[in-house]
Amino acid sequence: MSNNPFPLPKEKLLEAYTKMKTIREFEERLHVEFAKGDIPGFVHLYAGEEASGTGIMMHLEDKDRIASTHRGHGHCIAKGVDVNGMMAEIYGKVTGSCRGKGGSMHIADLSKGMMGANGILGAGAPLICGAALASKYRGDGGVGITFFGDGASNQGTVLESMNLAAVWNLPVIFVVENNGYAESTSIDYAVAVDSYIDRAAGFGIPGVTVDGTDFFAVHEAAGEIIKRAREGGGPAFLECKMVRFFGHFEGDAQTYRAKGENEENRANKDCIKIFRKRVGGAGVISDAEFEKIDKAVMHTIEESVQRAKKDPLPSAKELLTDVYVSY
Amino acid sequence: MARILSMKDAINEALDLEMRRDPTVIIMGEDIAGGAGAQGEEDAWGGVLGVTKGLIGKYGAKRVMDTPLSESAYIGAAVGAAACGLRPVAELMFLDFMGVCFDQIFNQAAKFKYMFGGKAQTPVVIRGMVGGGFRAAAQHSQMLTPLFTHIPGLKVVCPSNAYDAKGLLIQSIRDNDPVIFCEHKNLYTHAVDVPAESYTIPFGEAAISREGKSATIVTYGLMVHRALEAAETLAKEKIDVEVIDLRTLSPIDLDTVIESVEKTGRLVAVDEANPRCSIASDVIASVMEHAFKAMKSAPRAVTAPHTPVPFSPTLEDLYIPSAAAIAEAVRGTMK
Repeated sequence: MSNNPFPLPKEKLLEAYTKMKTIREFEERLHVEFAKGDIPGFVHLYAGEEASGTGIMMHLEDKDRIASTHRGHGHCIAKGVDVNGMMAEIYGKVTGSCRGKGGSMHIADLSKGMMGANGILGAGAPLICGAALASKYRGDGGVGITFFGDGASNQGTVLESMNLAAVWNLPVIFVVENNGYAESTSIDYAVAVDSYIDRAAGFGIPGVTVDGTDFFAVHEAAGEIIKRAREGGGPAFLECKMVRFFGHFEGDAQTYRAKGENEENRANKDCIKIFRKRVGGAGVISDAEFEKIDKAVMHTIEESVQRAKKDPLPSAKELLTDVYVSY
Repeated sequence: MARILSMKDAINEALDLEMRRDPTVIIMGEDIAGGAGAQGEEDAWGGVLGVTKGLIGKYGAKRVMDTPLSESAYIGAAVGAAACGLRPVAELMFLDFMGVCFDQIFNQAAKFKYMFGGKAQTPVVIRGMVGGGFRAAAQHSQMLTPLFTHIPGLKVVCPSNAYDAKGLLIQSIRDNDPVIFCEHKNLYTHAVDVPAESYTIPFGEAAISREGKSATIVTYGLMVHRALEAAETLAKEKIDVEVIDLRTLSPIDLDTVIESVEKTGRLVAVDEANPRCSIASDVIASVMEHAFKAMKSAPRAVTAPHTPVPFSPTLEDLYIPSAAAIAEAVRGTMK
């Protein structure tokens, strides 16, 4: 075994790989299960984008809060939300993270600092300003991270929140997960500026763009701006350029993509392959160790699906509970 | 000894008492102190009509936060902070401005608890001005209470006087659900006896503002006063009217309404809002469903017309339901 050339100890590299692989297999399995017709509603898969959520979340604790998007499964897993609870939620079961009342687009676990996936694009940005305000008010050193795609980057909520976070000097990181598509519409069409760094600068916020398929690039950039925010340095903007392996939602025929685009992404822009090649190539984690994790992850996912399928549906009384604290 | 306080001062006192009692209570809004970052006085305005005047001097800018003119961002931040353990009271200057931040209210704050399976609570209060009579025209004068009342997860409060405003606002701040606190701008200077100490008024308890046997008027906010005026007129005609002030629209105290209608057999629902899907139409529908047999005549609604609020004083005075119109509706139920 050679020396570890990476900025993370081996156990952290194993943890990062496990998280990314768990997200990937969770999403790949949902792709299969959704096609069978067993999953109600919409699902938006995060496969291909794992290095972003994982690279950022490696710096966070439970007191740090994130606001996620409609494409939230990866953020949940990276933030430590229970995989069985998530799977059951997606199947609409009472054992789900939200007792089957939220579904894929609303998985939340406030005890883990996960303030919810969100069905409204850009809606998490104001909320995370509030979470960061609460941390700042208490002086607990917590930071807030709001994720949004290149599509939602055009929402007024995001832009207003960037100004508010700058004005109030809040510990907020604005993360645009730029996979090139707002649903089906290209970023080249829908975002007027060439660089998000320029847009952030317009709000007086420092910005950085990284290759979101490179876990280490995300991890390093996120580490610096999160540390700065924790120390009272204020908000920052992070652009992770990445690829989305699947469509906007499951069932999307993706006819807007160029021929061969998905194949090219899978072959050359797979953040997990890239991670494995680098870390494996440096001899820090062996093939056998990777395979052991892969096997354990497959088992975790298989078990979560089997449990979710068997778990009970919510009873009729659940319809009317959890709406007011008291009425 | 009577201690006469305006509704504006009663609201200020409620905020003051709760901020003193609970360090997690913060207030924010546009010009809520006023003059932030400017060279002149801190606390220049204390809110656009001075409701929050003096609070920054007592609690500082950390707890009395002027915001940029960005309703989506700061109303959302208040909601997010509430989900993270603070008790923010956010002022949405005119509730008409909900149009630019409604997502944060109805898709976020209202739904967290249910959507997250009961694992979140959002103790945020959004207070703002409602109602006409200020010659403030179509975008600063609306009675939007029905829109908020329609949304499950929100509680909606609209006091008619200073005493209720103080008790209901303290209750709103302590409540663990999001509360929309509607302040009628034409009642800010209306003054009644208000005790100095802290007290709460429970949600879902209507007040009987005037007891009577012949007909029931159900209303809230400024219209309570118009209804009482109508009742005075009608008393001279030997029509003995009961006036019910709902005080909170969600939850709504239907028991008190139904009990009254079962006694009088006649109902006039009065609402400053537009007529379709209004509080008035909701009250009438509920009474018809639950107390149809007690009715001696068809119920009547007195509301604003189905138009935007006009500017010209002549037109606005026609727009807002008058005591005369309410009295005429009651006479109609007596035939």
